This record gives sequence, C-alpha cells and structure tokens, in this order.
Amino acid sequence: MYEGPVQDLIDELGRLPGVGPKSAQRIAFHLLAAEPADVTRLQEVLQKVKEGIQFCDVCGNVSEETTCRICRDPRRDLSVVCVVEEPKDVLAIERTREFKGRYHVLGGALDPLSGVGPDQLRIRELLSRIGTTLDGVDITEIIIATDPNTEGEATATYLMRMLKDFPGLTVTRLASGLPMGGDLEFADELTLGRALSGRRAM
Amino acid sequence: MVSLYRDTGVVLRVQKLGEADRIITLLSRQHGKVRAAAKGVRRTSSRFGARLEPFCHVDVQFYTGRTLDVVTQVETVDAFGPGIVGDYPRYTAACAVLETADRLSAEEGEPALRLYLLVVGALRALAGRERDAALVLDAFLLRAMAFAGWAPAVSECARCGTPGPHRSFSVPVGGAVCGGCRPAGAAKPVPDTFRMLDALQHGDWPVAESMPNTIRRESSGLIAAHLQWHLERQLRSLPLVERQRV
Repeated sequence: MYEGPVQDLIDELGRLPGVGPKSAQRIAFHLLAAEPADVTRLQEVLQKVKEGIQFCDVCGNVSEETTCRICRDPRRDLSVVCVVEEPKDVLAIERTREFKGRYHVLGGALDPLSGVGPDQLRIRELLSRIGTTLDGVDITEIIIATDPNTEGEATATYLMRMLKDFPGLTVTRLASGLPMGGDLEFADELTLGRALSGRRAM
Repeated sequence: MVSLYRDTGVVLRVQKLGEADRIITLLSRQHGKVRAAAKGVRRTSSRFGARLEPFCHVDVQFYTGRTLDVVTQVETVDAFGPGIVGDYPRYTAACAVLETADRLSAEEGEPALRLYLLVVGALRALAGRERDAALVLDAFLLRAMAFAGWAPAVSECARCGTPGPHRSFSVPVGGAVCGGCRPAGAAKPVPDTFRMLDALQHGDWPVAESMPNTIRRESSGLIAAHLQWHLERQLRSLPLVERQRV
C-alpha cells in the first residue's frame, strides 16, 4: 500500500476496464513523473468529456451538440439508417468509407442474462424515427449491424420482427462469413455455414 | 509440465476480459461448472470464438492455470445457437435455462451430471422448435428444482403428506397444502394448475399442451415464485421471458 493520494490514484485507475493492479500502478507512477502541464491537460480533457459530451437526440451517438456531426451533415443519405449497438461501432463502419447513410445507436444488445430487455435499449426511438419524414425523405432501408454474436443476433431477430410490418421499408442484415486473409481450413463450422448460406453469384 | 484436461460442456455465460479475451462459464459433464479464460476470442480472426457463445454444446480442452484455466481447443458437439437466437421467445426462455443452471451449480468443479444432461435436453428442445418455449422452460425449472431437492409438492400436502388433490399452494411450505396445513396468504390456484404442474414434472406433454393460457400463466407464476424463493434471489432473465399466447 502506498500513501494516501498515490494509492487512491492506483485504486481509481484499477477500476477502469482492462486495467489490472500492475497496469494501474505503472500508469500512476507515469503520471507522478510526468510534467505538470501534461497532467493538467489530461485533467482538462477528462473534465471536458464528462461535461461537454452528450448523446445525439436523433441517433444516440456521442456528440458535442444536441445533434451529432453525422446527423447534421446534409450530404448524408437520409433514406438509409444503419442500426448499431454502441457508438464505437459507428466509428468502425465510418472507417470503411462505404456507408453514406445515417446511424441509430441502440446502446447495447438484448441480453436477458444481464437483465437487458427491449425497454433498456433505444428501440422505441428507432420505431418513431422510421415513422417520421425528415426533409421530405422517408427512411426506406434499415441495415442491422449488431455484433455477430448471440446477443447481437437475437437483437437482429427482434428488430426484424418489429420492422417487418412497416410499409415500403427494406430491412437488411450485414453479411457474415470468412475474414479476409484467412485460410478456409481454420474457419469454424458456424462461420463457414453462414458464409455458404449467404453466398452470392459472381 | 502443463496440465491439460478435456470435457464436454454447455456455455452458460461469457464475460469480456481485457482487450479481446473472454471468461467462459461452462457446465461440463465431468467437472461441473468451470470458469476459463478464452484468449483472443473477440477478434474476428479467432479460430474458436464462434464456438464459445452461449447455448453452444462443445468439446473443450483446457490447461490448468494459476487463477483461471485457459481454453486451448474447442470443437462443436451441438450448435443450438442458430435455432434459438432466430426466435426471440425461444432466446429469452433459453437465457432463463442458462441462468438457472448457473445459479443451481454454485460450486465450481463439483460434478452435476444430471443438471448438465437436463440443460442439454432443454436447449435441444428449444432449438428443435417442436414444443412451446415457455412450456419447455417451465418443465426444465421444475426438474432442475427436483435435482436440487426443492421439487414442489403437487399431489400431496407439502407439510403433512396427505394425498391430494389439494386446493392451496404455499411457496414457503413447499407446494400444495391441505386445508388443515394451509398457512395465511397461500395461493388458491384452479385445480387444472396442479394437473399442469404434474404434467410438466413428468413430461406429460399432451396434457401440458392442451392447457389454456390462464393455466399456463398461473403455473409459470408458481414455478417462478418457488424457484426464486429457494434461490433466495431474483433471476434477471425470468421477467424478460416472452410467453406466446396459444
């Protein structure tokens, strides 16, 4: 045990995800040895992110203003919405530079084992968003881009059921299959099975 | 020398660990509940990440670690996942099966063969989609409670053993109670609810499937109350189970 504030800092850092006691100690001593200006900058950024960041009123993504940068962008296709679990998934899809529509962040996936049901996610907001016309454009396609794991698939199934009765709405799911750069022999049977069932003509 | 062991098991729960790892909780055939680290399974390039999802029945090789065992190889025995997650009511029922199995197998490393076989059977029935998901769940809960020694009395009085049929049900007393033993606040289910509970306990599916929604709902409520009384805690997944009307 270290004295007062040093131990407090180690304890607080140790509560962060992926930071164990050894890493917490290393970071704490790095901060202790760092220039005061560097520590002040970190302190200001932490304060800003907590006070200045909010969730976008439209899509639920993290934003500095009431509406996020993507929802404000007039060049975006208003008719296509990509549904993701977390704000970090927005960044992952943006990195592809393939998608020009807008997003809807659910805030997680349906996980009854953790007590997360439809009411804990932003599903109601998605349904009301589909029902409204923005700038004279209706939403015509929903791309479900939840994680390809059990919870993500169950969320996709649930959304598919909720969205199937909207007239003129196409609901699609991200394709899943073999990763680039891999060998077929090492693919597991579930992934390979999905790759086969989702094969396409060339 | 590295200590390796191998077992078949059902994945009950997964928790994120660090950057790309997971802690997997399995109910195994020979070693009961096992918690093990699966390295790198959250990466899309993982060789066995897809096999270590909840509901997967797998053949696993572990090596014994200092704090947690580590998964080294996985082969699929039964992939129940695709049959379950494609139907939301089945998914919620299967989650309740896994959570109950996790709670009932409290001790790690203590063999629980009957519970393991029951979980595999319940998941197979849910993935097979032949029976109503809520009925499969209720039958599983009753039988799992029987293995734990908490089976509710249905055909005799839970206190004095007088043969039934009886008209009252008391969770604290342990099931059906006769007029003489009936405590204050005991429920008064309709007689068909007792028939339903008996049918679910003994796998009499024609009787269970012939019951209307009101009976199904009442028996589900009694089963859930009985289970949670003995577990001394609420199950998170039970309130989220979506029961379809027949």
